[in-house]
Amino acid sequence: MTLTPDNPAVSLNDVSKLYGRFAALRMVTADFAPGRLYLILGENGAGKSTLLRVIAGLIEPSHGKLTILGSSDHKAVKAHLGYMAHASMLYDELSGRENLAYFANLYGIREHALCAQAIRTVGLDPTLERRVGQYSQGMRQRLSLARAILNDPRILLLDEPFSNVDVGSAKEMTRLLGSMRDSGKTIFLVTHQPALLEGFADESVYMSAGRVIERVDHRAPTLEAKR
Amino acid sequence: MSVLGILRTTLAKDLRMEWRSKDAINSMLFFALLVVVIFSFSFDLTAEESRQIAGGLIWVALLFAAVVALNQTWARELRNQVLDAYRVSPAPAESLFLAKTIGNFLFVAVLELLMTPLFIVFYNLRSVGPVHQLVLASLLGNWALVVNGTFFGAISIRTRSREVLLPLILFPISIPALLAMVGATTSTLTGEGSAHLPLVFLGVYDVVFTLVGLFLFETVLQAE
Amino acid sequence: MRSKFAIFALFTLALLSWGLYQALVAAPTEATMGPVQRIFYYHVPNAWVMELCFPLNFLASIIYLVNRKPAVDAFAVATAEVGVVFCTVVLLTGPIWARPVWGIWWTWDARLTSTLVLWLIYIGYLMLRKLSTGGSNPVLAASFAIFGCLDAVFVFMAIRWFRTQHPQPVFGGGANSGIDPRMMHAFLINMLAFTCYGALLVWIRYTLERTRQKVDEAHAMKSLMHHEAGAK
Repeated sequence: MTLTPDNPAVSLNDVSKLYGRFAALRMVTADFAPGRLYLILGENGAGKSTLLRVIAGLIEPSHGKLTILGSSDHKAVKAHLGYMAHASMLYDELSGRENLAYFANLYGIREHALCAQAIRTVGLDPTLERRVGQYSQGMRQRLSLARAILNDPRILLLDEPFSNVDVGSAKEMTRLLGSMRDSGKTIFLVTHQPALLEGFADESVYMSAGRVIERVDHRAPTLEAKR
Repeated sequence: MSVLGILRTTLAKDLRMEWRSKDAINSMLFFALLVVVIFSFSFDLTAEESRQIAGGLIWVALLFAAVVALNQTWARELRNQVLDAYRVSPAPAESLFLAKTIGNFLFVAVLELLMTPLFIVFYNLRSVGPVHQLVLASLLGNWALVVNGTFFGAISIRTRSREVLLPLILFPISIPALLAMVGATTSTLTGEGSAHLPLVFLGVYDVVFTLVGLFLFETVLQAE
Repeated sequence: MRSKFAIFALFTLALLSWGLYQALVAAPTEATMGPVQRIFYYHVPNAWVMELCFPLNFLASIIYLVNRKPAVDAFAVATAEVGVVFCTVVLLTGPIWARPVWGIWWTWDARLTSTLVLWLIYIGYLMLRKLSTGGSNPVLAASFAIFGCLDAVFVFMAIRWFRTQHPQPVFGGGANSGIDPRMMHAFLINMLAFTCYGALLVWIRYTLERTRQKVDEAHAMKSLMHHEAGAK
């Protein structure tokens, strides 16, 4: 469906996630417009990863309603999501190309030229036969990003993609994310290093104790005080 | 992509990874060899006695070895949280279930092929009944073990002490299949009684539990 | 609710006491087996309760997977635990009775073996519930229970068909074949008493579990409502 600023890409309505007595997310209500890069920030345990995993469909909310791309049927929109976590989500025993070829199949993508393309986009060599287990951390994170963008998702969910990544790789990944946002993708990025995305992020979303406590729009005409 | 297409690609991936690391096969082989040897000098049997109990021994050995393989094949999906990548994708859960089951089936089959000559040698076995019945019992029995083992493997990877929990919940469930396998094998080896009923029983068991597993696997996969 | 429970509990206690008297004193000593036969008044009722609990757990598991209501899961836990307890009693009293009477502790006939397998399966079920991490506990356990109960059916059939060379002593022959009316009386009272007792235990365990669920829910709701300092 076509998305206008009035039709959010992701919409949460009183979404809560409870683990026994502990509330990881507490009645989060928020709309996220398409084509923007959102920084999700907050201390450890604030619920940032849980939020991303709920949007990705890996966690079922205990209460509340989640609407993605206008649909509440999560299964229908999975093809349009890309998710990347701090763990690589890759098979160490396979090469980069083999990993991506497998995941491409899961999305019904037959043209394997797309895999090579994705690998090149993140700045890696698609002909590299080395097993992923032998990659450096920076290469692994880049390949993980390649996996996440393989299906050309409209919504990208990245959970601490820059951990233990060298500054050079991080800068390149940031530039890539910026250009993806410019082409219309909606990007959610959890990070403890917001400085890396200076100038690229559209909005900073601050979470604490399972709630969204503040949202700062960086593109708004009048500047608001940042925390 | 269709259920079959994803099944094929997942199976190919698993076989390729196993070929490179040989984790599951090596552990299984070594374990099975140990079991065969230990059983073999624990029981000093005449040829007739061998035929009576070989069925039971083989299947016990295979059951233990299968558990080793089952733990390995699911452990592979936990490393680097790579199972999340599958769960996030639109790929159907049933494909993963069948792909893992077929993969485990092939590993256990390799083990059977390697262990059977050993058993024949150590116990001086010779079958009175037709060999094709033994093969059929092997195939059906193998599937019975791995279809439940794969399902419970997926359950137990979400628990603490998963290496202990898998055999704990798998063994009681496998008892009827075990009885039927042993019944069919012993009947064939000794030539006494008909292997027909146990084989049919095994077939029905396989169908029922494959269907139940297919039906419930998505629930189990998407549980956190 | 409390008074209903108290009344039922007292009634059950009274029945159990009466049943005890009937079983140990009022009923005549059996001619061939002697005093040990009195275990029969416990063994069979306990088996009956177990045979109620496990199918109820099966049903509860299926229903839970469909509607995911916590109350249904509480019922599943209750019936599983009570079932295991009664099953344990059956497995202990059976051999105690069998040994002096028939000379064997155990035999692999259909009933005994399926009882043992069911016991093993439900121990597995309880361990699964104990060892699960995260919130997926009830779902995984319910799936397992479905496999387990289907399997019990197969076990029963397997033993009947594949183990015919073993001796098959006839148990429970005393119950239906023209026995002394006083024995029948004692038997029926104990059946009723233990059914009530089983129901009472399930009720207690269910309430315990439901309370635990509600306390957790209340804590969670409280923390949902709670405003952190500085939050908008």
